[in-house]
Amino acid sequence: MNNKQNESIYNLDIAHAPDENGHFGRFGGRFAAETLMQPLKEIENAFFKAWADPGFHAERFDLLKHYVGRATPLYHAKHLSAEVGGAQIYLKREDLNHTGAHKVNNTIGQALLARRMGKKKVIAETGAGQHGVATATVAAMFNMQCDIYMGREDIRRQAPNVFRMKLLGANVVPVDSGTATLKDAVNEALRIWVATCEDTYYIFGTAAGPHPFPLMVRQFHTVIGQEARAQCLEQAGKLPDVAVACVGGGSNAIGLLHPLQDDDIRLVAVEAAGHGLESGEHAASLAKGQPGIIHGSLSYLLDDDEGQIQGTHSISAGLDYPGVGPELAAMMETGRLELDSATDDDALEAFQILTKAEGIIPALESSHALAAGIRIAKNMKPDQMILINLSGRGDKDLETVMKMLDMSETGDKA
Amino acid sequence: MSDRLSQIFRRCKQEKRSALVGYLTAGDPDVPTAEKLILALAEQVDILEIGMPFSDPMADGPVIQAASERALAAGTSINDVFTIAKNIRETYPDLGIVLMGYANVPYTIGFDSFSKQASESGVDGVLMVDIPAEENSICEESLKKYNLHRILLLSPTSTDERIKLAAEVASGFIYYVSLTGITGADMGEATAVKTQVENIRAFSDLPICVGFGIKTPEQAAQVASFADGVVVGSHFVSQVPQHLDHSDVMLSSLNKAASEMSAAMTKIPA
Repeated sequence: MNNKQNESIYNLDIAHAPDENGHFGRFGGRFAAETLMQPLKEIENAFFKAWADPGFHAERFDLLKHYVGRATPLYHAKHLSAEVGGAQIYLKREDLNHTGAHKVNNTIGQALLARRMGKKKVIAETGAGQHGVATATVAAMFNMQCDIYMGREDIRRQAPNVFRMKLLGANVVPVDSGTATLKDAVNEALRIWVATCEDTYYIFGTAAGPHPFPLMVRQFHTVIGQEARAQCLEQAGKLPDVAVACVGGGSNAIGLLHPLQDDDIRLVAVEAAGHGLESGEHAASLAKGQPGIIHGSLSYLLDDDEGQIQGTHSISAGLDYPGVGPELAAMMETGRLELDSATDDDALEAFQILTKAEGIIPALESSHALAAGIRIAKNMKPDQMILINLSGRGDKDLETVMKMLDMSETGDKA
Repeated sequence: MSDRLSQIFRRCKQEKRSALVGYLTAGDPDVPTAEKLILALAEQVDILEIGMPFSDPMADGPVIQAASERALAAGTSINDVFTIAKNIRETYPDLGIVLMGYANVPYTIGFDSFSKQASESGVDGVLMVDIPAEENSICEESLKKYNLHRILLLSPTSTDERIKLAAEVASGFIYYVSLTGITGADMGEATAVKTQVENIRAFSDLPICVGFGIKTPEQAAQVASFADGVVVGSHFVSQVPQHLDHSDVMLSSLNKAASEMSAAMTKIPA
């Protein structure tokens, strides 16, 4: 690998670090059961030690290059730009990563850490199955035992990914409690981890959860924004005017936006508006939630006035989560982060627009970023530039999209 | 600070026995039945732990998770929890009453408002599973203002450094989780638990109650031989789903389970 090139693109300083207990402003922290406090501290210590070790990064970047296929391209979507008729649209192609989404940046990093800590087994939660697949993939490569916790409802909705995980040698454990979706899978993985933390590492899938997960997951994903920033300068000769990413828990968003926050760039987070922000059926925790404590950190979440967590809705299983990472909550409150949203219908439309205009089938999660990005681009000038994170590819969503399009066709005829 | 808890432990010590701490979830299976069950349990225990139902009980095993789900499905609100506590307090002026639950409920209604209502309902202390000593500042002021004890958990993974930190923050008693796991799992090995309890005593003068996984009177008696209190939760809660269609049988089987545990408290070997 080319270390010099890495040094020039990848900044390994931990910028905008939280305080020692993981607080980003008033958010974050470590709201965990006592049993997990010491295991979390051990992970934190191991992480900081690894992060200061050039050998860790040499191994990580070697895998990111030769196994994952980084750097991912920055693609100037000229046809889409022309069709939209506004700013030049650039896509960061995280969909071209091995396993088809950005998630693997994090699982590579955490699996390396787990191995350094001498853990023989990894567990993870998954909603859509992307983080589960990315975890099962690295577990197969590192020859680690792997259990993936997944809500029974999500197992039903995401059959191809369940099969993928099983092929990779992972044990997929159905979760029946609560709403049998992602939040319950996190609860169950935490419960299992409480009992097994001695020999088991929990690969948390998004930039949320108790400290050090929000920081660590961010650091493993900043490769997205660092590459994109360098590629914009190289290919367009300038930085973008706007950068856009979808937000569920927020891992792809913080990965793209964090390295751009000290530049003069509008940063836009796009949440899932489901059937509409006013419908009560959405997953827009930043726009419609309130501060609260779930899964180990203080952040925005969707709950009722007595603190009971609410069911969420999105066409995209990866965005269907009632919480959001604490750093994004802090960035929103300081005004650095702009909020936007896209409904199920908006995402479905953007999915088709990109597919036809550029021959790229985006994930439904990323389609939310595209929908908002296209809307923003329309009101910009052709000499301006917008960067959209194409966080994953859409193969996993074909069945959902097929059903939705069938439905709308039937609806048209009726 | 309400002194009721320390009086209870002092009294138990004079009687040469451990305190029995019993847990039930408020509103399980519904508010009126739960109140009857909790009243019956109050008769048998020294300290009552009333669980505040939460949609995402991350540190609880299947038995208490299901209890939380039943309570919420029955429409249990935080006001019902306070009302139950208040009614129990009126009947049992000397009983210890502790509310146990997760941070998001008191955080969302506001720690100040929560503490005020808890205090007015005769509650002595609060145990929040997911607020460790490090995050104390989020609730410290409100709990102190309304004279509520802050009961903290310690576990086999707690290092001496963490025990020291918890000892500085905790009041009322320390709840030692006797195994690395969720509620309702199997109890850890008794001699190992005893060693760990003795280690905690080196850092704190607070009474130490041991819980998680105590299902039989024999286990309870074993723990009672070295701990100031024995916490029984899942074993009591599990009486509810076994007799969902017969609330009178539910009540009598809870009574039986509680009296067996209560009798075990007195068996202190020399």
